[in-house]
Amino acid sequence: MKHVIVGAGPAGVVAAETIRKLDPSAEVTIIGNEPEPPYSRMAIPYLLIDNIEEEGTYLRKEETHFSDSAINVVVDTVVSVDPGAHSLALGSGKNMEYDKLLIASGSTPISPPIPGIDNPRVTSCWTLDDARKITSGIKPGAPVVLIGAGFIGCIILEALVSAGANLTVVEMGNRMVPRMLDETCGTLLEKWCKEKGVNVMTSSQVEAIEDASDNVRVKISGNREVEAELVISAAGVRANAGFLEGSGVEMSNGAVVIDEYMCSSVADIYAAGDVACGRDFSTGEYSVQAIQPTAVDHGRAAASNMVDHGAVRHQGSVLMNVLDTMGLISASYGQWEGIKGGDTATLVDKDNFRYLQLQFDGDRLIGANTLGMTQHIGVLRGLVQGRFHLGNWKNRLMDNPLLVMEAYLAATQGIQA
Amino acid sequence: MLRSLNIDPEKCTGCLQCEMACSYENEGVFNPAKSRIKVFTFHDEGRFVPYTCTQCDEAWCLHACPVEAIKMNRETGAMEVSDSVCVGCKVCTIACPFGTVNYNQDTGKVVKCDLCGGDPKCATACPTDAITYVDANATGLDKMRAWAAKTDNAASA
Repeated sequence: MKHVIVGAGPAGVVAAETIRKLDPSAEVTIIGNEPEPPYSRMAIPYLLIDNIEEEGTYLRKEETHFSDSAINVVVDTVVSVDPGAHSLALGSGKNMEYDKLLIASGSTPISPPIPGIDNPRVTSCWTLDDARKITSGIKPGAPVVLIGAGFIGCIILEALVSAGANLTVVEMGNRMVPRMLDETCGTLLEKWCKEKGVNVMTSSQVEAIEDASDNVRVKISGNREVEAELVISAAGVRANAGFLEGSGVEMSNGAVVIDEYMCSSVADIYAAGDVACGRDFSTGEYSVQAIQPTAVDHGRAAASNMVDHGAVRHQGSVLMNVLDTMGLISASYGQWEGIKGGDTATLVDKDNFRYLQLQFDGDRLIGANTLGMTQHIGVLRGLVQGRFHLGNWKNRLMDNPLLVMEAYLAATQGIQA
Repeated sequence: MLRSLNIDPEKCTGCLQCEMACSYENEGVFNPAKSRIKVFTFHDEGRFVPYTCTQCDEAWCLHACPVEAIKMNRETGAMEVSDSVCVGCKVCTIACPFGTVNYNQDTGKVVKCDLCGGDPKCATACPTDAITYVDANATGLDKMRAWAAKTDNAASA
């Protein structure tokens, strides 16, 4: 059986390793389009602050890991897929045949429709190559503009500030990380960043980037203007699936629609990770989560079904995120925005930048937002995924949300409230 | 033979010797806040529940790690964090549904129970045998794994 995996990120690598475990005789090939060994984009912020070397971002540390596992890693691009012939056309001009194909090609930063966004002083922060450009592009005191205070924008803030950048952040939403943090939480985070000297502009838009004498002028809504030596565009990502055009694979908002077996609308073509519109555990609906745990979850489930279709029925991934913004840690789980008719418990300590918000459906926890918490936060996943009926413990949590660990122990060990 | 921590909350008196021993062994200080095992107190019910990582089969932390910083020690069965590899991304801390992997802001690394390399000091310190280190086939492990299974089954319901 010949398995071909497009994409060398966590979804692709975990899928390849899972296939290898399940079928020692299978032929497994990963096609990646970057020259480095498979690496984690999650680790890039830590490379930017010099905590690790480039090798520290690699998904697997043994140099011979892939060859030892008889996994071929090929550097190439995929131009098109011909499902009838079970064949891929590659950028190098070669064709590659497959029995089972996994689309794990991840996502690509979007280029926001701003005049001047193609200026050479504008870079994204997505690849190791981008990271090198950013590290070499920031001199102490250099004015830098960051477009977007989403997950990626926020997670690299510390690196930019510690490199000495004089930083302006422009975010369209009314708060920082609007797609992960509620208003109280995102607003507190904004206050934190401002106190650390970052010029944060929310409900603002970059309107144009123009060449100035030895840098660029960034025009911002409300007739504002800042100069910048470097502009980092972190305005979001989209699924990297252009090569599927004409293949007949059903897409939704540019991502591959998959079923419970991680299979696309076309037989023998599966998808996983950021490129896949997969099942959400909480809502049962299909969406792109674009997070590391889901990529791994998808990769394992897809691989099992590529080896033996029907082997694993994917129950959906719990949406979860954790973000470190200049030392302030935030997290979100599941339906953190709450549901109609559900209850919300909150605890705020604005002076100390601490926040905990819990969302309930009846007496079950369905989502949460946290700020400034680092202990036992995973139990929020346990409570969401376990769908425990908390009974009177829900009332206790409404009074004191900090009792989540106790509520979990009570639910699993039969301690009645 | 694989051994595991067996926790019997009924026997716990809440003395916190386990937290002290853990903190001293792993951090060099007697500071319960730095312990990897934590005793939860249920005042109204008069119960104490010592709680730490069960080194579960699912190993959510290990699978969630993007840089292979968590590996299983084949001798002890413990999932161990390699400080030199951990980048501090915290994904394992949100992925562990038991809440037993925590981020240490001082070191920029995550911490979890590693069974003290096969000689867990919490078990040695416990005066009432509420925490024992026993043959992994004993009921304790089954019971702890049952919690894991509970979460797992509910997920596939």
